[in-house]
Amino acid sequence: MVAALTVGTRVLALVILGIGAIVGLAMAVAGAGQAFGVHGWIVLIYCLVIAWRVMLQLDAPEPSPSRLRSYYDDPIKMGVVLTMAWAIVGMGFGVWVAYLLAYPDLRYDAAWTGFGRLRPVHTTGIIFGFGGTALITTSFHVMQRTSRARLAGEFTPWFVLLGYQLFVILAISGYLMGINQSKEYAEAEWYADLWLLVVWITYFTLYIRTLARRAEPHIYVANWYYLSFILIVGVLHIFNNVALPVSWSGSRSYILWSGVQDAMMQWWYGHNAVAFFLTSGFLGMLYYYLPKRAARPIYSYRLSILSFWGITFFYVWVGSHHLHYTALPQWVQTLGMTFSIMLLVPSWATAANALLTLNGAWHKVRDDATLRFMMVAAIFYGMATFEGSFLAIRGVNALSHYTDWTIAHVHVGTLGWNAILIFGAIYALVPVIWRRERMWSPRLVEWHFWLAVAGTVIYVFSMWNSGILQGLMWRTYNDAGTLQYSFIDTVMAMHPYYMGRAVGGTIYMIGMLIGCVNIWMTIRKAPEAGYLRDMPKTPAGDADDRRVPAE
Amino acid sequence: MLRKLTALLEKIVSPFGRLYHLIFRAMYRIERYSLGLAFAIIIVGGIGGAVEIAPLFTINETVEDAPDMRVYTPLEQAGRDIYLREGCYTCHSQMIRTLKDEVDRYGAYSLAVESKYDHPMLWGSKRTGPDLARLGGKYSDDWHVAHLRNPRDVEPASIMPAYRWMEGREVELADLPARLATLRDVGVPYTDAQIENAVRDARGQATPDGPDAEGVVERYGEATNVRNFDGEGGGPTEMDALVAYLQVLGTLVDPATIAAAQAQVGSKGE
Repeated sequence: MVAALTVGTRVLALVILGIGAIVGLAMAVAGAGQAFGVHGWIVLIYCLVIAWRVMLQLDAPEPSPSRLRSYYDDPIKMGVVLTMAWAIVGMGFGVWVAYLLAYPDLRYDAAWTGFGRLRPVHTTGIIFGFGGTALITTSFHVMQRTSRARLAGEFTPWFVLLGYQLFVILAISGYLMGINQSKEYAEAEWYADLWLLVVWITYFTLYIRTLARRAEPHIYVANWYYLSFILIVGVLHIFNNVALPVSWSGSRSYILWSGVQDAMMQWWYGHNAVAFFLTSGFLGMLYYYLPKRAARPIYSYRLSILSFWGITFFYVWVGSHHLHYTALPQWVQTLGMTFSIMLLVPSWATAANALLTLNGAWHKVRDDATLRFMMVAAIFYGMATFEGSFLAIRGVNALSHYTDWTIAHVHVGTLGWNAILIFGAIYALVPVIWRRERMWSPRLVEWHFWLAVAGTVIYVFSMWNSGILQGLMWRTYNDAGTLQYSFIDTVMAMHPYYMGRAVGGTIYMIGMLIGCVNIWMTIRKAPEAGYLRDMPKTPAGDADDRRVPAE
Repeated sequence: MLRKLTALLEKIVSPFGRLYHLIFRAMYRIERYSLGLAFAIIIVGGIGGAVEIAPLFTINETVEDAPDMRVYTPLEQAGRDIYLREGCYTCHSQMIRTLKDEVDRYGAYSLAVESKYDHPMLWGSKRTGPDLARLGGKYSDDWHVAHLRNPRDVEPASIMPAYRWMEGREVELADLPARLATLRDVGVPYTDAQIENAVRDARGQATPDGPDAEGVVERYGEATNVRNFDGEGGGPTEMDALVAYLQVLGTLVDPATIAAAQAQVGSKGE
């Protein structure tokens, strides 16, 4: 991979890595003896390892200029592997914390194994590690193919991909060491946040620069979604994380906002992380891989415009439905509820647009598990958005909030929609990128599909049961007019469902591990593809039909 | 069937036809310019956030008045920082909603003013364990220490993690003045005296018969809990700090002020 970079790019990489290593060393010295210092060492080692990898091939000959006539897929290959690595980390911790809630002593007697430290590792690992890496990876693929242009630059994609990994590593290792600013889904501390901002701005410039090279007059729908994901997540990240560090040589900071304003800022961020990270970005994925795999054009261009702007406009208002009946002024709660219900229109329009695209290709859905992954993802997306609008209704929220019903809802979305879509996209992407005829074992894809669906269903039904049961128990009064159940009664009633959830999660994870094996074997062993026409349009004329040699 | 559904959808949408037509035409143009598209996304996405969040800083009624409310003592703030570090918010909320069963279970519903000095707020989103907004004073210090050491010693069915590793760990005091000063920069009204004496006050609050105890009461008021929270000798431990924080939850504002503010809301509603 390094040998495919120009010598100039290799030197540039070494300079940037050198700067990173120096910053890491400075952090390690300034924060000696604290968790901040450990983070310094992590930054230093991370930079040195990559630098060593670059050094190994520093003297390799210049790559041939003809590479500029093909797509730049090396970072995508790395991205696929990293995505699956994060799936193992994120789901592994998820299954562990699931068992912890059933058996609280299933841990070491050490600080880092407390539920409160492990749970953010699961959420960050899965949302930002697995989901975020998948988004970056697929966006590199989609932006090139839909623009019929090569990625802008060879250094920037690596900077974005590997810089982002460093952010997630800092975040997760921080939680385990007790660095946590306690803002849900934004737990990372100030320096990691600043680093993410740098990476994110670079990501945006890369996207815009690649779009600027496009050989198509129009920007394809998938790119609108990826763009809104990058832009709005950037804005959310900045406002939600404005914090003042206590010192420049320590991890602790205090957030600028407090109390009710902080609560609104937090859930404006929190819900729109769901909206623009887990929805918009993933719709970008869906709008490319589903029609491509089905070999059918998108059902309706107009419907995609309606749903795109509907989602972009409505979603931002709905965060306050996380704060029903709290000290947040009622007018904001009501706005949040109203927009949550209106949001169902663009959400279902999107799901319908995806499913209607499959008209005329339903036999492929039956035969091809990869396409079925995407189809089922669209269905789960429709279910999750319906449930979301429903839970945002104030009266329903009175029952559901603070219970496992929220957890059920989130996992309909993350297991059923996001992860299943990622698997579908990866199964479509891997053979294309590695120039293979197909996945190593279509049977294993089939197995993965059914394990994923079964795991999701078991998980979600367990949590629906426990959530509704606990919500009802909390509000049950006896004949004397006092509360019927103590809090611990409700905790005990949860035990069988917590077991069910852990089992569902385990099944889901087994499916994912089968996927990892299949992907690995495809890279290593699957038969090479024959004739392929997968080239950008070049200034010299239309993309030529010669086969791209596999590296 | 699907065609019919689409037709129905079109019918519902048709009154907005002109608007949509405008949007379609605009989009057809915009989607040819990446920066134009980016600009439009920021504007369209920004409206909701601006309308909902900006007024919360300016409308006075958003946060009630509580002139008697005090700030956290250094020891309590240190305890709060431990609460943040351990991710307690993942299982415990600190927000009692305006619902009868919650008020019966946990106490008077939470007011916005009560988390005015909370950077960040810890309202939470999940009750795997009970709400803690009014935990202060409900249990003894001994109960808290035993419960934190191993929750199942006190409540056999509890699924909370045991924090026995925290026992006897000295709490980090050296940077407390810097922490309080930073909190002042983001809006918590600590006085110069409070910041200067932060370390002494943290020691004093956990050492009731020591020389520094008096200063704590002087700077934070008569109602401040000055106790040896963990029951052990020596300097303040993380257990001391965490229990001091848990024992002050929901008591920073005088109950009479809370009752008065809630009566006012009630009469407005009628």
